Amino acid sequence: MNFVANKSDLKVVGTRPVRPDGIDKVTGKALFGADLTMAGTLVGKVVRSPHAHARIVSIDTSKAAALPGVKAIITTADFPEISSEVAAAGDGAVNFRHMAHNVMARDKVLYEGHAVAAVAAMSSAIADAAAALIEITYEVLPFVIDVEAAMADGAPILHDDLVPSGMANPGKPTNIAKRVEFKLGDAEAGLAEADVVVEGRYETTAVHQGYIEPHAVIASVNPDGQTQIFASSQGQFMIRQYVSKILNMDIANIRVTPAEIGGGFGGKTLVYLEPLAVALSRKAGKPVKMVMTRDEVFRASGPTSGGVMTVKIGAKKDGTITGATIDIALQAGAFPGSPVAPACMCAFACYDLKNVRASGYDVVSNRSKIAAYRAPGAPISAFGVESAMDELATKLGMDAIALREKNAAKAGTKAAYGPVFPEIGFEQVLAAAKSHPHWTAPLGKNQGRGLATGFWFNIGGDSSASVFINEDGTVSVVSGSPDIGGSRASMAMMAAEVLGVPYEKVRPIVGDTAQIGITGMTGGSRVTFATGMATVQAAEKVVDELKKRAAMIWDISPDAVDWKDGEAVPAGANAGGFDPMPLAAIAAKAGKTGGPIGTEVSINAQGAGAGFGAHICDVEVDPETGFVKVLRYTAVQDVGRAIHPSYVEGQIQGGAVQGIGWALNEEYLYDKKGRMDNSGFLDYRVPVASDLPMIEAVLVEVPNKRHPFGVRGVGEVPIVPPLAAVANAVKAATGVRMMSLPMSPPKILAAMDKA
Amino acid sequence: MSKIHVTTTVNGEPAEFLCEAQESLLDVLRDQLKLTGSKEGCGSGDCGACSITLDGRLVCSCLVLGVEAEGKTIGTVEGIANGDTLHPVQVKFLEHAALQCGFCTPGLLVATKALLDANPNPTETEARFWLAGNLCRCTGYDKIIRAVMDAAAEMRGEHA
Ligand code: FES
Ligand code: FES
Repeated sequence: MNFVANKSDLKVVGTRPVRPDGIDKVTGKALFGADLTMAGTLVGKVVRSPHAHARIVSIDTSKAAALPGVKAIITTADFPEISSEVAAAGDGAVNFRHMAHNVMARDKVLYEGHAVAAVAAMSSAIADAAAALIEITYEVLPFVIDVEAAMADGAPILHDDLVPSGMANPGKPTNIAKRVEFKLGDAEAGLAEADVVVEGRYETTAVHQGYIEPHAVIASVNPDGQTQIFASSQGQFMIRQYVSKILNMDIANIRVTPAEIGGGFGGKTLVYLEPLAVALSRKAGKPVKMVMTRDEVFRASGPTSGGVMTVKIGAKKDGTITGATIDIALQAGAFPGSPVAPACMCAFACYDLKNVRASGYDVVSNRSKIAAYRAPGAPISAFGVESAMDELATKLGMDAIALREKNAAKAGTKAAYGPVFPEIGFEQVLAAAKSHPHWTAPLGKNQGRGLATGFWFNIGGDSSASVFINEDGTVSVVSGSPDIGGSRASMAMMAAEVLGVPYEKVRPIVGDTAQIGITGMTGGSRVTFATGMATVQAAEKVVDELKKRAAMIWDISPDAVDWKDGEAVPAGANAGGFDPMPLAAIAAKAGKTGGPIGTEVSINAQGAGAGFGAHICDVEVDPETGFVKVLRYTAVQDVGRAIHPSYVEGQIQGGAVQGIGWALNEEYLYDKKGRMDNSGFLDYRVPVASDLPMIEAVLVEVPNKRHPFGVRGVGEVPIVPPLAAVANAVKAATGVRMMSLPMSPPKILAAMDKA
Repeated sequence: MSKIHVTTTVNGEPAEFLCEAQESLLDVLRDQLKLTGSKEGCGSGDCGACSITLDGRLVCSCLVLGVEAEGKTIGTVEGIANGDTLHPVQVKFLEHAALQCGFCTPGLLVATKALLDANPNPTETEARFWLAGNLCRCTGYDKIIRAVMDAAAEMRGEHA
């Protein structure tokens, strides 16, 4: 299908219908991971390491096994050793050996909360009692938590066999897993040409995705190996693949049904409990259900990295940036895999620079392994870069938007990480921010306004969808993408648009792994783009078939049939004087014209359009306490074209607020023994309703012409600007530049006292 | 350990269950009465996903023992709609797209209904503080607050 240039040609796309799964979700009927049970289900629990770093000397499960009601106990001995060859066969960055060892510690525990054993029992109380009876002897080892300490000479080493990539082999054990570098031109020479240079060292802390639903799974293995898994995740096919690799099972034997998912934000793109539940069920011969506690979610599932970075930007007096560098080191947690590459790639992507270098290190330390979190890495580098841009604007005496306009990336800009941008909307986003009344609204005492921008690539990838016409002319749509934030609605809307039928006649579901073709995870802001494209293509094939059937009934050539507003019509006067034939009429005759009508499409979607945003934040800082109150917040973003504007706005508002939490409150705190100190929502404080003002989302629509309806991904971009937007507002309110997150009241007070 | 017999009213219907002394009311609702609409996000009173009313009072059911429900009246998300007629707070949450994943939604609906029962005309600030115990990580609360204010107006008859 060609790109629909005219928005007025669209009837369903751009409207705001109620989501198809809505009533289930407001009546308590929707089934999330922990809501499912099967007859005879056992309760599974995990025994976790109390130490940040220790060698496992022995595990004695005999007392626990003897407890009545205990049905299975597993340790690392129940998992196959995964060769490095299998690990290398993984999907992109996935190292299955590491994943297996993260799911169940092998010889050493590498962080507090690392799984060491698991038990399945008749009740939760028995499982807890059994867990307490498992005797584990540890040889406690020195540990390291912070990224710079982990890189220092003499740091405790997590993996003796770690050989860093992207740099010279240091010839001795190291915690550095990787170095990446992206460059264009000569950054140092560019900096030397500058009239004004700003330089700063910025720091962010590890923050958790904070989905309200803890990880949950129920698994049932039959004696013939056939396995059912119901789990809340961002990808049923991901679970199937990872479980098959970790437990060495045939993929065809594993059927994964996606439960409703209670938030993920990247944190449910890998497995924790699923392989354990399967291994326990296999041993016990009964279904096993496992649900993490909130404490386990914080200690054992991935936050995103904290990191340190040095940013340098130089410009001519007129604001033209001549050179820029960022050097960043990110915590990977216990196994390699921080988002250091995207952090570097996104760092300066908003700007059209001739001389730029972004480099970074991926560093392991004794923290839980990090997981993806919304635009992985990008908010971290943007905190440094957009804070530095603010400093540069101040030094140049330039308006913050004017400085960005002067250097804005546009169609034809070559990004440091390689591509030349096609049509993008950054200039339009800046223009919309500049003309928004917020930008010039008056401010009061102790108040300040900050602006920051952000970028995310957005991605496409493997997606499958099917469209079937029912006997009465209604439509069923199945996609392979778990629906976290209303994507079922957008699939139904896109199918309805192509078929020309009302939205309510199209009912979408998310299929299990046996019902639909392979589909990549819900993540990277890809679903509405990529799975949407598969849905559109399937619907188009169905339209072709409907035209063929009408042609058959009319006994004319299929070329002589057009499809208009849900009806077959003769293409012109020569085609014959037939009355329009509605979809339902064709469906009713399907049995006589060739059988059921429907099809499935599996694609690797290409051409995701990059997304840009600009956020404006007003704060008031209490000079007595250092407390920051966000007064007003406006988030402007190029969304390509919004399929369901309410859910697009919702993504932007939710992402912005996660960023505000990251900026002001959230952090992982460790005690002297390397144990997390704040593993609950009381002490790890995510934003609550009373902390916030309304979040105004401004949708700029510069369509991505490689998607029929112009879609760009929207979920990631909004978390990129807030960290610096808030910091820049705090600077404006107090005169103090906060170089490290979170900007908690004591830190702000201390900085104000020093100034 | 012998179980304790408890007699209550849940969503207007008589209900009985047997529970352990230490079992939370949330576990009883979910595991015994199969009312899985109430969610567990933390088990420590910090997220509000398990919000219910107990004799009309808004509480976190993860912090209440099953045995404490003896003789009391429980209201959960499953009891908000009247048969197949949705309550205005449910309708407004849907119309305003005030949910993304929907995991916080049951607790927020129970808390919102309790707010509007107690205060039919809340200010935005009052609504924000009343709902401060109900975490939502997806929406940034904007659309939730809009839905709450609109539901309040609707229930006051201002849309008629
Ligand atoms: S589960 Fe009860 S407050 Fe979180
Ligand atoms: S909608 Fe997901 S937590 Fe509120």
